[in-house]
Amino acid sequence: MSARLERWGLTLAAPLLALVVAVTLTSLVLLLAGDPVGAVWSEISSVPEARNLINIVNAASVYYLSAIAVAIGFRMNLFNIGVDGQYRIAAFVAAYVAGEAWLPGYLNTVLAVLAAMLVGALWAGIAGVLRVTRGVSEVISTIMLNAISTGLVAYLLRQAAPRVAGSNQIGTREIPEGSRIPGFSVGGVSTEVYGFVLVAVLVGVAYAVVLNRTRFGFALRATGQSEPAAVASGIDVRRMVLTAMLLSGAVAGLVGLPILFGGAYSYGTTFQSGLGFAGIAIALLGRNHPVGIAFGALLFAFLDEQSNPLQILLDVSPDIVTITQGTIVLAVVIAYEVVRRVMISREQRAVAAAVEPVGQGASA
Amino acid sequence: MTIATAPDSGVGTQPPRRRRRVPAVPLLVLVGLLVLLSALRLLTGADEISSSGTIAATLAAAVPIGLAGLGGLWSERAGVVNIGLEGMMILGTFGAGYLGFFYSPWQGVLGAAAFGAVGGLLHAIATVGFGVDHIVSGVAVNIIAAGAVQFLAVQSFTGIPGGGATQSPTIPDLPTLSVPALADPLGTVEGKGWFVVSEAAALLRALVSNLSVFTILALALFVLTWWILWRTAFGLRLRSCGENPAAAESLGVDVIRYKYVAVVISGALAGLGGGFLALVASSTFRDGQTGGRGYIGLASMIFGNWRPGGLLTGAGLFGYTDTLRLRSGGESVHALLLLVAVVLLAVAIWQWRRGERVVALVSLLIAVAAGVWFALSDQVPGDFTGMTPYVTTLLVLALASQRLRMPKADGQPYRRGSAG
Repeated sequence: MSARLERWGLTLAAPLLALVVAVTLTSLVLLLAGDPVGAVWSEISSVPEARNLINIVNAASVYYLSAIAVAIGFRMNLFNIGVDGQYRIAAFVAAYVAGEAWLPGYLNTVLAVLAAMLVGALWAGIAGVLRVTRGVSEVISTIMLNAISTGLVAYLLRQAAPRVAGSNQIGTREIPEGSRIPGFSVGGVSTEVYGFVLVAVLVGVAYAVVLNRTRFGFALRATGQSEPAAVASGIDVRRMVLTAMLLSGAVAGLVGLPILFGGAYSYGTTFQSGLGFAGIAIALLGRNHPVGIAFGALLFAFLDEQSNPLQILLDVSPDIVTITQGTIVLAVVIAYEVVRRVMISREQRAVAAAVEPVGQGASA
Repeated sequence: MTIATAPDSGVGTQPPRRRRRVPAVPLLVLVGLLVLLSALRLLTGADEISSSGTIAATLAAAVPIGLAGLGGLWSERAGVVNIGLEGMMILGTFGAGYLGFFYSPWQGVLGAAAFGAVGGLLHAIATVGFGVDHIVSGVAVNIIAAGAVQFLAVQSFTGIPGGGATQSPTIPDLPTLSVPALADPLGTVEGKGWFVVSEAAALLRALVSNLSVFTILALALFVLTWWILWRTAFGLRLRSCGENPAAAESLGVDVIRYKYVAVVISGALAGLGGGFLALVASSTFRDGQTGGRGYIGLASMIFGNWRPGGLLTGAGLFGYTDTLRLRSGGESVHALLLLVAVVLLAVAIWQWRRGERVVALVSLLIAVAAGVWFALSDQVPGDFTGMTPYVTTLLVLALASQRLRMPKADGQPYRRGSAG
């Protein structure tokens, strides 16, 4: 089947093309700023050490969860821009629950994870309810909820957190050792891979199975592709919107947990933020496909990790890779659109060629 | 909301009677607001909720939101949803900071518009040129803009005295206008604390003391936008691209070109909004200065039903809530709770009579909650006052978004020749 091969070729060409465009544009910015272009790229593309590789995998697991949360919404044309707020408020609640340790050992961990998913789902659910009952665009409402969650978490942190002696940092109580999720070491390096990486993989598998092998997944994709068609086949769109939003929020609730249970052990004012927006970019990059997203997450984590030494070695701000990341995303969506148009016109030509010998009567 | 509802035909000719109604309704709303605020001030004793300082600050806070919303208006009237306003604003803050510091503040204004326009062009190429989903492109523009500005700021301002990796040195101020002959007596009247009269004096005083030329420019841009989009052939054609591009193209309108122009202007306006933040509001460029105002601008445009007058009202409302938290925030926002309770109570009664029982009950519930909160406390905690503009946005959209009508082809990709 050469047509099929061709289609695969075109689909894979798009991200490669995007990468080339992004690298070119980034180089242009570096040139304009008068920075050593070649040295920057050779530093970024150098082979990472084992320790860096583990950092990349750890960071990618966080990105992956975030992107899956976004992708659940994207599959039905719902833009959950609010993953950022959802994961922060959920991570705070998980840290609080785990830190208070009402249950022993791993029961405590499970409780905290469930609490995080519940809170994430509820926070996203606000946007879902506003959308289905009041027609408020989820794009605007989730952005507002992001800002609100910032204030809410700051307030709750002040209420719930004990002050660390001798420092003006505040954070939740540290998670007791028995409730932490152990990492595993690979290749004898002291840095450990988060145990939560396995959860991220499980979430990816669940995402693929639910979307492609269940009735619910079918309804979700159908609603995303054509709402009138979905309504005609008896799908309750309002219910789907709400369910998708809740699911997306529940997964968003997991985003901060690898960091929380694998390294930070408490939620404080310095907890990593902005993961939700990276998730949007990565979901777009991976075309909402579970494997594509994994590659996207690894690529983003790779760029982050490799750009770290730039400041010290070359006096170039590591923020340069943010430009690369952003351009990749825009270039990749443009490239996919171009590929889609090329494929449509090819198909039209192929169909035209196929029906021509039959005569005009048949084609009319 | 405040203006007579948009005509159903969207691009049709305007009934002549609307011309007379337009100035009257906002004026009525303004007077109503002054009465409401005055009553609230007397009831709660929160003086800051209607002082001239607050009103001046509201104006300053409303300008960037309004300019971003105005950018959204241009773009969405031509049928392109612009969630990238935030990114274009960010570019504008840097453009203003860079040119404002290294050249002059006036060149900073131009720089803000130019940098914003570049963001707009990027969005236009992706959405109009390549037919990419508008939200997706907008989100990408935001990411690129934030990254680019972070990088450029490090490159431009590190090592300069007063500057750093995330901020520029102080930028010289743009000129301001004052009329002391009016401002001083108005200040005396404001100080008396008379019902409504003092509020009106405070409003006028804010307009005649230390008004930045940038603010005047922004107000002029509002009038200009209204005139271009609703009173010229160019504007009619531009709006027709947002309502029914296929029909427009069949009449010989170059839809693609109009969309490009609209989105680039949109970017320039959003960039000016960012420029205002850097040049006037804080006299320095800072990373993360926009704080989501691009999104709030978009929300105020939706709230304003895709009309300049409504957008201005929306921007004023968000500017006001944004300001209040900085001016005895805890006390002022606390007073606002009473207002929310009363307004929602009215909404509940109104919706109940319309037969919307569920909406009415939810409104009542929130009204009671706000009322109880008001009665049981003296202040709103500091962390909550920062949320005021965002919560207001949500509440307003939840109550108002059913009565709104967006341009008919807004957000739909269009390809040349779709008219067939």
